[in-house]
Amino acid sequence: MDHGFVPIPARPAPTRVSGRLAWLRHNLFASIPNAVATLLLLALLGWLASKGVRWGLLQAVFVPDADRCQAARGIGACWGVVVEKGTFILLGRYPQAQLWRPLVATLSLLVPVLASCSTRCWRPWLALLWALGLGLFFALMAGGTLGLSKVPTDQWGGLPLTILLSVVSMGLAFPIAVLVALGRRSTMPAIRSLCIVYIELIRGVPLISVLFMASFMLPLFMPVGKSPDVLIRVIVGITLFAAAYMAEIVRAGLQTIGNGQAEAAASIGLRWWQAQRKVILPQALAAVVPSIMNNFIALFKDTSLVTIVSLYELTGALSLALGSDPNWRPFKIEAYLFIAAIYFSCCFAMSRYSLGVERRLRRSKAR
Amino acid sequence: MPGLIPARRPPPARLGRLSWSSPRLRAQVYQVGAVLLLVLAIGFLAANTLQNMRARGIQSGFDFLLQPAGFDIGEGWVTYESIDPYWKAFLVGLVNTLRVALIGCVLTTVLGTLLGIGRFSRNALVRGLCYGYVELFRNVPVLLQLLMWYLLFTEYLPLPAEALSFADVAFVSKNGLSFPLLVWHSGYWSALAGLTIGIGAGVAYGRVARARFERTGVARPVAGVIALLVIGLAALGLLAGGVPLEFDYPFHSDIQIEGGSTLSPEYLSVLLGLVLYTAAYVAEVVRAGIASVPPGQHEAAASLGLTRRRALRLVVLPLALRPIIPPLTNQYLNLTKNSSLAVAVGYPDVVSIANTSLNQTGRAVECIAIIMLVYLTLSLATSAIMNWVNRRAALKER
Repeated sequence: MDHGFVPIPARPAPTRVSGRLAWLRHNLFASIPNAVATLLLLALLGWLASKGVRWGLLQAVFVPDADRCQAARGIGACWGVVVEKGTFILLGRYPQAQLWRPLVATLSLLVPVLASCSTRCWRPWLALLWALGLGLFFALMAGGTLGLSKVPTDQWGGLPLTILLSVVSMGLAFPIAVLVALGRRSTMPAIRSLCIVYIELIRGVPLISVLFMASFMLPLFMPVGKSPDVLIRVIVGITLFAAAYMAEIVRAGLQTIGNGQAEAAASIGLRWWQAQRKVILPQALAAVVPSIMNNFIALFKDTSLVTIVSLYELTGALSLALGSDPNWRPFKIEAYLFIAAIYFSCCFAMSRYSLGVERRLRRSKAR
Repeated sequence: MPGLIPARRPPPARLGRLSWSSPRLRAQVYQVGAVLLLVLAIGFLAANTLQNMRARGIQSGFDFLLQPAGFDIGEGWVTYESIDPYWKAFLVGLVNTLRVALIGCVLTTVLGTLLGIGRFSRNALVRGLCYGYVELFRNVPVLLQLLMWYLLFTEYLPLPAEALSFADVAFVSKNGLSFPLLVWHSGYWSALAGLTIGIGAGVAYGRVARARFERTGVARPVAGVIALLVIGLAALGLLAGGVPLEFDYPFHSDIQIEGGSTLSPEYLSVLLGLVLYTAAYVAEVVRAGIASVPPGQHEAAASLGLTRRRALRLVVLPLALRPIIPPLTNQYLNLTKNSSLAVAVGYPDVVSIANTSLNQTGRAVECIAIIMLVYLTLSLATSAIMNWVNRRAALKER
């Protein structure tokens, strides 16, 4: 029964397996239902895009003219409201004649923030830059020195306040978070339970209740006649809130470090604090940089809640700007879209940066 | 036995010699110090608070809960009037919070799962849209989203007189969404009984079929039979009750929408805002969970001859569920906590009620304590339920 080896005929070589056309066929028109879905979605997207372009660009009013906006209502967007109220939304109730101050102050705060994003700038002078930036920010915003008029904190607002709240709260929350995370992993039962109670208590309640507490109860906590400034109260509230969340992130980082590291550190004679500072924490924190970035993004978005306890950051300044002006109130949605775009671009940029950090970390781990 | 050295005796307890280099002593000193510091701080704050309250004439205590509240609440499932006491107002708020949180969690799970699976679609357009959705909704503050939805509902929808109608059954207007409501009838008792029996029979059949499968390896259709049992028995019960299908349809009077049931624009904007925002996070959780299933599992399932759908149901999903459940719990907790933002659009949830009560009675400490207690309880309850689910889904190792 020897038939010999008879090969079956070879399959024809695939026509196009790479290139744009093949990608299209593989990803959009792989099968008939797939192709139908693609066409339907394309039609829907095209319809939406044409509506959006007509509303947002072609029929839109770009000049700050309330009458023309009123005429275009329902047909086109009124971006004039952004031109008219943009400064107020971005800078809040700051005195009109002094608007250069919040602008320069924000820039001076952004310089150290941006410098910290690049490892090339991680030199001793960065600390100096931070001190300088923060000092300049408060000096310019509050005034009272350098011949500047005094501006009380309840007139601060808009984007400078948003950035200040997130940067300062994050900066203050970080050391607290590290201490609490170390405390939660401590072998001392009293310290451990204190840290656990703090973390779980804060994580179990919404930020708004912490802010209520900060704005209603902190004045009661202080000695009679001394009530801290509303800005300080809110910063304390946000800091306590952010620290609890970040403590859990730091703890997760600490858990990735094996016991061997602590033992090795002890065996070369490092004391506990030295071991944490020089061996454990640098590794633990590096492992959770992406989570810390996510936490910062969340914090940045959460600052919008302070408008509920009457501080007028970006969201609050918007309501303030349009709420009292019947001419422009009908065009609130355009203003909302404007600040949504600001929030989106900040958060999106930060999440891209965080992805970059993640990639760099992975590279540092690769052998 | 020669050669064996005797065991060392434990070192004598060093009583009476306190040394700072003893870790045990240091630990105790630190702990006592920390507790003392805390007690002192609390004492200082409490003393200040009492003094401040006396100075400002603020009363304290929870007795105000029994006094009449005196404010109206727009909506809720609990009957309430403004002469009712504060505790009842808080109860209305709590139920309103739960109404958002529970329905929100269900809707978020459905939408988030769809979006997360969509990230693995073969269609590049679907993938791109899901990605775009996640990035868009995740990067805008949820408060801003709530405010935008509220504005859309209250400004851009037509007046009740010109309500948009869906086949004259449901109406959408500035007053919210009106839809038909089933009118309760005694005939439903038999339908409910049929449903209960159906569920019981379905569960029993499922057990029998499973036991048989384990014993013999013969798979019987399960899902279809159970669905048939439940629906069939419920329908039988309904028939026995005389099919009293009577709806209370909303209708258009001259200026209003009347009848039916109505969801207020406040509720809709809170629910929609929270669901769309949290769904973006849930989508990421689901995506990460599915991505964590090693490709070998897909290949093994395919080589066993499982179809794509069965492989998904029998192999991929059970494996993906494990890394999904803990972060999903976090998202449920976030949704519940974020429902407190309802205060910004005037939906009477527990925070909003507490805020009103606080402004009326001035009892800040008590009202904030109630808010915190409510949310702590909700958080603990959610964690407990999800921990139970997690244990059910955990890897069963032999």
